[in-house]
Amino acid sequence: MTVPADLDRRFRDAASLLGLLDVGYDVVETPLGRVLLAASERGLAAISYDPDPELELERLARIGGPRVLRSPRAVAAARRELDEYFERRRRAFDLALDLRALPPFTLAVLRELARVPYGRTTSYGALAAQVGRPRAARAVGAVMNRNRIPIVLPCHRVVGADGSLVGYGGGLERKAALLRLEGAL
Amino acid sequence: MMEPVPVPPFERFYEEHRAAVLRLLRGRLGAGRAEDAFQETFLRALQAYGRLRHGAHLRAWVLTIARNVAVDALRRARADGELPEAAAEDRRPAYAELAELTDGLPPAQRAAVVLRYGYDLSYDQIAAALRSSPEAARQAASAGVRRLRGRSAR
Repeated sequence: MTVPADLDRRFRDAASLLGLLDVGYDVVETPLGRVLLAASERGLAAISYDPDPELELERLARIGGPRVLRSPRAVAAARRELDEYFERRRRAFDLALDLRALPPFTLAVLRELARVPYGRTTSYGALAAQVGRPRAARAVGAVMNRNRIPIVLPCHRVVGADGSLVGYGGGLERKAALLRLEGAL
Repeated sequence: MMEPVPVPPFERFYEEHRAAVLRLLRGRLGAGRAEDAFQETFLRALQAYGRLRHGAHLRAWVLTIARNVAVDALRRARADGELPEAAAEDRRPAYAELAELTDGLPPAQRAAVVLRYGYDLSYDQIAAALRSSPEAARQAASAGVRRLRGRSAR
């Protein structure tokens, strides 16, 4: 016996509506391929490229708790803002973010990262200097690499001091595509 | 000592057991009532899920919740003067049932709950009907449901 799609959808909506989820997520199509969006009551908690649901569910449970459910309603705002971004109708995101349990250095770096404007780039070293650790460029690179919320926290705008793209969690092609979208490349 | 079975993410639990829950509820309540009871079962499971200590026997656990929900539904049906045998053909439309159930809620909450869950209107439509904003309609429905849930828990 399969559960009718309409009944399934109503349950997923109600679970989010009643605030019963630790993390709600959905997988959506973007110009950069399939992307998983996940949000808690606090805000957007993760964006993952090429998601493997088997692995993602455990990861999301570690972030927010075991009540993880696919629920388009839970990520509707994030989805709308991302769509607008990819259609070049949005240059900054208004989403609340869930940055729970991140260590202080990571938070400080992400806070500076969030201020790098649309269409501009900065370097790992410059970000390190901005958080008062001018020699920590490599550690900044590690923070970028583990960034849970790429695109919205724009680690694609961080490049090498010589302008080379260096690396990107979603692959260099995606980094280049995002910078082209913003007119920075 | 065996390692306790970890509690799986709810999505996996739901996918694994939803068919069995629906089968049980259809058997006891008939197709019409089973849908509301299905929602109720998994919403109750969600509420308790964060407090689970281990992930063993989850099928038995959720089927127990479903049986309790079915008992409640049949009791309500009898209190309404309906024979449980009539459950298979769901004679009363959802809105009639909700209208009765929500009797006693503040008017705005009652209207929002009935329009949302009885008539399946969107919050935009409800906002238009109540001359408020979609957000206010959502909050009213949500507050109403919370109040109803609190009442049924007693």
